[in-house]
Amino acid sequence: MGLLSRKATCNSHGQDSSYFLGWQEYEKNPYDEVKNHRGIIQMGLAENQLSFDLLESWLAKNPDAAGFKRDGQSIFKELALFQDYHGLPAFKKALVDFMAEIRGNKVTFDPNRIVLTAGATSANETLMFCLAEQGDAFLLPTPYYPGFDRDLKWRTGVEIVPIECSSSNRFQITASALEEAYEQAQRKNLRVKGVLVTNPSNPLGTTMTRDELDLLVNFITDKEIHLISDEIYSGTVFSSPAYVSIVEVLKDRNLENTQVWERVHIVYSLSKDLGLPGFRVGAIYSNDPIVVAAATKMSSFGLVSSQTQYLLSAMLSDKKFTKEYIAKNQKRLRKRQSKLVAGLEKAGIGCLESNAGLFCWVDMRHLLSSDTFEAEMELWKRIVYDVKLNISPGSSCHCSEPGWFRVCFANMSEDTLTLAMQRLKSFVGSIASNDRSHQEMKNSRRKLRSKWVFRLSFQSFHDREQDER
Amino acid sequence: MLSSKASCNSHGQDSSYFLGWQFYEKNPFDVVKNPAGIIQMGLAENQLSFDLVESWLRKNPDAMGLKNKEGESVFRDLALFQDYHGMPAFKNELVEYMAKIRGNKVKFDPKNLVLAAGATSANETLIFCLADPGEAILLPTPYYPGFDRDLRWRTGVEIVPIHCSSSNGFRISMHALEEAYERAQKLNLKVKGVLITNPSNPLGTTMAKDELQSLITFAIHKNIHLISDEVFSGTVFDSPCFISIIEAAMDSNLERNIDVLSRIHIVYSLSKDLGLPGFRVGMIYSNNQTVVAAATKMSSFGLVSSQTQYLLSCMLANKKFTGKYMKENQRRLKRRKEMLVSGLKRSGINCLKSNAGLFCWVDMRHLLSSNTFEAETDLWKKILCEVGLNISPGSSCHCSEPGWFRVCFANMNQSTLEVALRRIKGFVERSRLNYQQNMGGFSRRLLSNWVRKLSSADHREEQER
Repeated sequence: MGLLSRKATCNSHGQDSSYFLGWQEYEKNPYDEVKNHRGIIQMGLAENQLSFDLLESWLAKNPDAAGFKRDGQSIFKELALFQDYHGLPAFKKALVDFMAEIRGNKVTFDPNRIVLTAGATSANETLMFCLAEQGDAFLLPTPYYPGFDRDLKWRTGVEIVPIECSSSNRFQITASALEEAYEQAQRKNLRVKGVLVTNPSNPLGTTMTRDELDLLVNFITDKEIHLISDEIYSGTVFSSPAYVSIVEVLKDRNLENTQVWERVHIVYSLSKDLGLPGFRVGAIYSNDPIVVAAATKMSSFGLVSSQTQYLLSAMLSDKKFTKEYIAKNQKRLRKRQSKLVAGLEKAGIGCLESNAGLFCWVDMRHLLSSDTFEAEMELWKRIVYDVKLNISPGSSCHCSEPGWFRVCFANMSEDTLTLAMQRLKSFVGSIASNDRSHQEMKNSRRKLRSKWVFRLSFQSFHDREQDER
Repeated sequence: MLSSKASCNSHGQDSSYFLGWQFYEKNPFDVVKNPAGIIQMGLAENQLSFDLVESWLRKNPDAMGLKNKEGESVFRDLALFQDYHGMPAFKNELVEYMAKIRGNKVKFDPKNLVLAAGATSANETLIFCLADPGEAILLPTPYYPGFDRDLRWRTGVEIVPIHCSSSNGFRISMHALEEAYERAQKLNLKVKGVLITNPSNPLGTTMAKDELQSLITFAIHKNIHLISDEVFSGTVFDSPCFISIIEAAMDSNLERNIDVLSRIHIVYSLSKDLGLPGFRVGMIYSNNQTVVAAATKMSSFGLVSSQTQYLLSCMLANKKFTGKYMKENQRRLKRRKEMLVSGLKRSGINCLKSNAGLFCWVDMRHLLSSNTFEAETDLWKKILCEVGLNISPGSSCHCSEPGWFRVCFANMNQSTLEVALRRIKGFVERSRLNYQQNMGGFSRRLLSNWVRKLSSADHREEQER
């Protein structure tokens, strides 16, 4: 049998196999309000299911957009043939306007500098191919989206070196952490080509402060490297502080049209704020014409369906709709996040204070039997098997401190969230009463029940890690 | 500052080739507004059967409107569906459609099908799965110019050509195969596989069973893979009927079957027969489970829009429609091709005998001033600027013999093709006259002096296919 490539046989793609246990368990026993109310509730999926009604209502009022019609005339043929990797001009215009709107129109974007790709997954990989050689490295602040291990490294051969962030300062990026990461890369003989940040952050749900952004600009200027700002959650900022985009900072510092301006690249997608991950709409925005040119050609490997480009160009061109959608969607996200935070609080669990995203970064350190990742895994398995909630353990996000979990709140109904909070409260309560009963049994050691056997299955079914995002 | 991939700026693009594109774009033919403009004959698109698809769409508005058979909205489910295993209903329909194209002589398992954003994505992904950077794939010439980018650019894999010639209708000979393999060895390149396009682009021919079986034997012998790009399989409009690589493989003795099947991989797409390149629907089919698993994960980088998967799964589910479409589409392609062939013949120009594709492989060797690629380029420029036709020179397809051109016939209406044929006739007659006038003169030279500035603006070369 002919040999396959190393990429095909390495079988790691940055996937943590124990993490997928949660997925498997969920799939075997998914919660359903009617049919399976004791099943596992999925809280590991960063999807936005809160505002579909707004989209459906728009679609119902605008049937031509999905019906391949423009001004009542069929444009099916035109769309069926349209495979220009420069993208549908009307769609790019509508998209950059939407991006500007999300940023309070404090910045504007040029449709000639945007490159469409099949999702942010494709955009991120393409940017790696454009900016780095095999063996080069990008610095990423931890905790970060687990999918980056595959998206940025797998086929590109690029390495990730973590910028360790800690709860001591709410996981913000510091100058020393940046320097330390850079030096670590040097020690490993890795040439650093840039920094990639996710802002708003996944999994933290926080937006970066102006100080952090300034720090980054200074750092990339000093080291003469790139900055990729993955802003796919920019439309999910639901409370203050208001979102400050990297472009805004560059503008405020009069850095437009300088060398550093050309080294900042933005990634966007409609999967999070519009809740349309299935439509595969991502984008790269860059002020470097060579990057735009190369990325445009590379987008051949992942173009957006013209059918989808047309539908969304019509939708996003409706400014009345987009304005209303952004406002209502954010309001619903805020309400839902508050509900999660309050519910956790009732269970004696705190979260990192957040103002964006579709999840909270939850502090369960006090529930660990020891300050170790083994204890985090134990706790996580209990939550999956006993409490029946599939949440994401911090270790899967490369967090340097055990005990943190990402818990999603926008991918279920309000009732389901209520139930999830009740289960968690009971669980925490039972730990507390266990403690008391142990003490009553004159055993002064607080030990959580922790003996069970887990068979880690390595079957690759349902390893839909792209849903983790 | 940037990667070498971003700054190398070659992507296998021949910059003089894009002159054709630029000229066309500046001066496109329009029967009313610009009857003297350049006619696009370099685009392998199928525009002959849209009316059939549009008729189906009109009768089935719910498929576009994201509603199911009961009229209920499936928008939410589709909006959230990003499973890289693909929509089961869509894959089920695709494998049935693929089988139908092959006369139901083979059956496909949807579990072995991996969806990709077009065959461009499928081909690149397959190469990522089968070869490491610096390794090589053998390709018979002439081949689709886009392969230079699709198979090599980001993968770092090399292409080593298998030279085919007009002496035997450009068929792949065992000798040429062995020669290519040895050449790769001399270049210190490890060969990981052979990639064929069947039906061929740019030849428009299908491969015979014995040709396919020789390739399979070769692949087993050298312990390499065999990729069969069958994107044009639905465009076979004449005999001999299409024989897929899988059918040829099934015909071998049973013992080798599992081994054989694990090294054969098919690429398909809906861009050519269904004429839907804008929808980005491509796929890889393989019996090799490791390849399927890896390609499935890699498809994350180019998934098909769920909106599109849904629409097309509804359309392909209608067997009455697909049966009617296949038959009528092939009939129209055949008729159109015959129109081109007979028109060219009237101008004293022959084509390679073909039974598939959206183009003919045209023999203009007798119109060359000399048997060189310079003369071919001269002729090509004349045809572009004087005759006003954008056709594809054989050199852009890495053909080893000068004088062959790929001329598309399915991307325009009938009257436009008639205009094109008249122009060619006029050109050939003028050339003959010129030749006769210059007979007393010395060299047979077609007018060829002009100054051209090669602009390096990037172009839509993906449409060359």
